[in-house]
Amino acid sequence: MSVTVTIPTPLRSFTGGADAVELAGRTVGEVIEGLLATHGGLKRHLVQEDGRLRNFVNLYLNDTDIRHLRSTETPVSEGDVLTIVPSIAGGSPGSGGPALDTELPRLSHAEVLRYSRHLLLPEVGVEGQRKLKAARVLTIGAGGLGSPLSLYLAAAGVGTIGIVDFDVVDLTNLQRQIVHGTSTLGRPKLESARDRLTDLNPNLKVETHETRLSSENALDIIREYDIVVDGTDNFPTRYLVNDACVLLGKPNVYGSIFRFEGQASVFHAKEGPCYRCLYSEPPPPGLVPSCAEGGVLGVLPGIIGSIQALETIKLILGAGDTLIGRLVLFDALRLKFRELRLRKDPDCPLCGEHPTVRELIDYEAFCGIGAEPAYQGPEVLVEQLREELDEKGPEELVLIDVREPHEWEIARIEGARLIPLGQLPDRLAELDGHAEIVTYCHKGSRSMKALEILRGAGYGRVRSLAGGIDAWAARVEPGMARY
Amino acid sequence: MTLRIPEGLLDEIRRHGESAYPAECCGALAGRGAGEGKEVVRLAPAVNRRTDDPHRYLIGPDDLRRLDAELRAEGLEIVGYYHSHPDHPAVPSGYDTAHAWPWYSYLIVRIEQGRAVEAASYTLDDERPLMHPESLEVLSEV
Repeated sequence: MSVTVTIPTPLRSFTGGADAVELAGRTVGEVIEGLLATHGGLKRHLVQEDGRLRNFVNLYLNDTDIRHLRSTETPVSEGDVLTIVPSIAGGSPGSGGPALDTELPRLSHAEVLRYSRHLLLPEVGVEGQRKLKAARVLTIGAGGLGSPLSLYLAAAGVGTIGIVDFDVVDLTNLQRQIVHGTSTLGRPKLESARDRLTDLNPNLKVETHETRLSSENALDIIREYDIVVDGTDNFPTRYLVNDACVLLGKPNVYGSIFRFEGQASVFHAKEGPCYRCLYSEPPPPGLVPSCAEGGVLGVLPGIIGSIQALETIKLILGAGDTLIGRLVLFDALRLKFRELRLRKDPDCPLCGEHPTVRELIDYEAFCGIGAEPAYQGPEVLVEQLREELDEKGPEELVLIDVREPHEWEIARIEGARLIPLGQLPDRLAELDGHAEIVTYCHKGSRSMKALEILRGAGYGRVRSLAGGIDAWAARVEPGMARY
Repeated sequence: MTLRIPEGLLDEIRRHGESAYPAECCGALAGRGAGEGKEVVRLAPAVNRRTDDPHRYLIGPDDLRRLDAELRAEGLEIVGYYHSHPDHPAVPSGYDTAHAWPWYSYLIVRIEQGRAVEAASYTLDDERPLMHPESLEVLSEV
């Protein structure tokens, strides 16, 4: 293939004054190699020592930046025009990121040894490892996603990791939150994570933010970091992280998990869509259950969190194709990855052409939390129920367990009948309208929804067990398993 | 090499730097090669694409392609660029040198406490990574 390479004025002294050069090759990379082979003086201006294009050199194939194609792998056709276009950058010595090689921190001999498997990769190399050392990454949450991603970022040699969390390590966490351990049960997650991460890599600086991320503190916390990794499990914080990142121009490495499925993307409004371009409105409150309500396979956050760590490292290195503009969907049961193309929404209220959101808002209200008070029916305390069950027969007092069958397998209150909440509207005929009914679930919220259904169907003598079977196990039947 | 620039245009660069203070201003110098040097005919202020850091400037490739086509139609070309150094001397920073292209003139104006105080022009050594001062000839208007 014969391709015309147009040479910009500043480089013509290296091509004998020619403003265009005809070259052969199958890909952009081959054409450029040919150019450098015939006009060696261009080399030091166009490529770095490792052979990659300098970051201020742009190549356009006909009218498209090759970064929007397949970079140097882009195939060329007969008659194509490849244009070298400069980016012009500079600035006073005042500040700026560590964009200049000589401004990057140096590696000690021990670090060279520790990262030797990275240094062998041309895509990382010494320069990439120094970029990792200079990088400041903020992870929101030290839970399911935060665990694997902070471990891999620490091991990879990211210099500074900030963590926002305010929780303590609980036994139910350890099925998936591998940065914590049995020895740190009951301790703040921040302390537990910091100890584990600095044990893995003592070169790491961990900055802890023991607070709930809010509209008041998000900008001040996020401003100090280069990249934000979102490991949150709720919609208000997810929108808050997205909005703060867009307002500050930071990339947001997103991941979410539920049961057996997960998704990941990189939202960076400067170069692609943001989370609001994908989901302009949050789902109605209560529609999407959290992992605490719906469960999650423990290894799933390991996979999604590792993808987030991978994308973070690629962003720091400037290597490969990131998930900007792509959403990866993972189905663990079928072991399938799917990919959706995401487009920037020109009408996005945050990053679109005419933005209306210019500051952080009240995200609890935006997500409808607290807006509509949940149904409040009569409740019965676990101790009271114990007494009533002793006094009344099963015909007088009907106890309905509205949880799922797999929860029923874990523990149940003796004498109860299982009618999962989703089946209740269709199985009302099974209930005696004259009996007293008590509904229960795990912690008391689904049984209140059941009450609403029963009341709506005309059942008058219905109550919900306050605190659910969890309170029952804690206060009435201590031998019962809790989950 | 010599960069020749009319006094009025240099004043315009100073004013651009003062109005952008404490951030940096940037733009292109449009003109033509003249013998051993270059002559600036007009300025083409550019959008600074670096909004994250007041001490950095970036003129993106799409902006440059547009500007280049516009100037060609007028029989001109980009002969260099200007930017300001707020509260720093008018000498290239390490960052300037690392990102410089050969042949172009890089005119830097120092803005001290909001006032333009000095200007100087540099070109990149063909072997990198050094920038040499070039003579800046200010053409007084008649």
